[in-house]
Amino acid sequence: MSQTISPAIDLPTSSTTASSVAALHCRAVRVSFGNVEVLGGVDLDLVAGEWLGLIGPNGAGKSTLLRSICGLVNFEGSITLDNGQTPSATDVALVPQAPILPEGMTVSEYVLLGRTAHLGWLARESRTDRSIVATILRRLDLDEFAGRNVARLSGGEAQRVVVARALAQQAPILLLDEPTSALDLGHQMSVLELVDDLRRSEGLTVIAAMHDLTTAGRFADRLALIDRGTIVAVGPCAEVLQPELLSDTYSTALTVRTIDGELVVLPAPRGENK
Amino acid sequence: MVSLDHTSATSSSSVADEVDLAAEQAFRLPLRAVFVGLLVLALVGLFSASNGAAGLPVMGVVTSLLDHLPLIGVDSALSDRQVAILFQIRLPRMVIGMLVGGALGMAGGAYQGVFRNPLADPYLLGVSAGAGFGAVLALGFGLDIGWGPFDPVPAAAFVGSVVAVAASATIARGSWSSPATLLLGGVAMAALFSAAQTYALQRLSETRSREVLSWLFGNLSTSGWDQVWILGPYVVVCGTVLILHRRHLDVLRVGDDEARALGLNPARTRLLVIGAASLMTAAAVSVSGLIAFVGLVVPHIVRLLVSNSYRVIVPLSALVGAAFLAFVDVGARTLIAPSELPVGVITAFVGAPFFAFVLWRGHGSTA
Repeated sequence: MSQTISPAIDLPTSSTTASSVAALHCRAVRVSFGNVEVLGGVDLDLVAGEWLGLIGPNGAGKSTLLRSICGLVNFEGSITLDNGQTPSATDVALVPQAPILPEGMTVSEYVLLGRTAHLGWLARESRTDRSIVATILRRLDLDEFAGRNVARLSGGEAQRVVVARALAQQAPILLLDEPTSALDLGHQMSVLELVDDLRRSEGLTVIAAMHDLTTAGRFADRLALIDRGTIVAVGPCAEVLQPELLSDTYSTALTVRTIDGELVVLPAPRGENK
Repeated sequence: MVSLDHTSATSSSSVADEVDLAAEQAFRLPLRAVFVGLLVLALVGLFSASNGAAGLPVMGVVTSLLDHLPLIGVDSALSDRQVAILFQIRLPRMVIGMLVGGALGMAGGAYQGVFRNPLADPYLLGVSAGAGFGAVLALGFGLDIGWGPFDPVPAAAFVGSVVAVAASATIARGSWSSPATLLLGGVAMAALFSAAQTYALQRLSETRSREVLSWLFGNLSTSGWDQVWILGPYVVVCGTVLILHRRHLDVLRVGDDEARALGLNPARTRLLVIGAASLMTAAAVSVSGLIAFVGLVVPHIVRLLVSNSYRVIVPLSALVGAAFLAFVDVGARTLIAPSELPVGVITAFVGAPFFAFVLWRGHGSTA
């Protein structure tokens, strides 16, 4: 895989926001909907500049944890940045699982929405905001799409546009909620590699809820395995991708192989099922 | 594979300009469209001022208007009687028509934005039912709650509207972050106030109830300058609030959750926008009665002809609504002269087929 990684996006304003206060601390984060407890006291520390993969079965609480971090659900406990503040939209940007792409909105208008957090209550986008968006569109090879209707993009295009909007927020922490679940394998890889490149060039910290364990293991620096609202394991990929641990959590027999130095998680051959 | 290798600086700077251009369209578009809208509005104004029971020559109207501007003295060809018709009858009615049409159009666009519902209109939260109930009480039971320049009927209608919207919001327990709950609150209140209004109508004598009904259908026949001074400030102040929030309405198009993740407070936006739109609608309804169709259809016409962005829809709906209602009111005054048609009937007669035609032309996209 040979590719030139271009230098950091040269943004007109200070793009130094990234990586200065990237780390995040979750302490005893508890979320209940009615009397159903979705997160039961999550402790998690995020290291600046890392890619943390959140894995776990459906309904384990991955999305809820991400939504807590960007303040979309009420939680008990605390989620703070290094400076002790609760993160806001200028600190964390979310790439939602099923983003709403409004009919008739152009790609550039959509990406401009990412500037909302940087604008005053009644302010409108300045030339600076627009050139930030232009730079990002160019960076993501979306320049030809600027005038296209977001509702008419293909899955892969749409996902890049949503990533572009998150980048326009210029937040040091990027939250991805199963960003590739609707994409084919090729587009999955290109979106994830794009995010990984951006992470390195922009110094972003990434938390991504991921379905595919092999992909998670390839892209993440560390994994956090969530089961029924609690973190059962967190650490380097090789420590978390253990067959017994995964089989227990996912309630099916899984095996982990090493192919060309990469961990590959597979369902156990049928004969081995209990 | 996404290539991150970028081409030479020259080509990418021209690309940046292109992107910048596309991004700026959202701002340039309204300027151009607003200019066209103002032109149409001026033409409709001239048409409206010169047509009626007594026809006035267009040039006479123009010179007479110029004559009334400070520092300009033109000899208008109009007789004193014609000047009196123009300034005491025609113009105030036309201005009221424009204010009411503009208010309804803009409020409709704003409602469609905050409720993210293309079927929303300014009467959604019970403004109409509340106004109707208030008017019935004032007309039928001689409630004299008029004060200052306010007649009892408009005052009661205004109070009824505001009470109904406030009640809708209250029973939805101020759930400004949940459009569906608010909407259901509106449905409940509208039903309650309509029932009360129907009951009150039943208790009235036939002439009284006919009077109420003709008011409810909506007309601009009692318009004088007094009403312009009552309605104008509401439209200007509330309209300004809506125009200032038009970017927020575009952010809300991605849903409350994403809007919040982007740093917008949807509840605060919704509270302000619904408050301003409802107040403006209540003021319009209290002056003109219930004029159907303008608030629902005008924003869609703007959407289909110009843009889906609320930055465009909000200001342009005001202009298109104003021109539309002033135009249609000419028909209300002249079609069955010397008597009058309720303008609300004509808005539906003219608006529905036109809307159907625009839809049929096949742009098909809403919301």
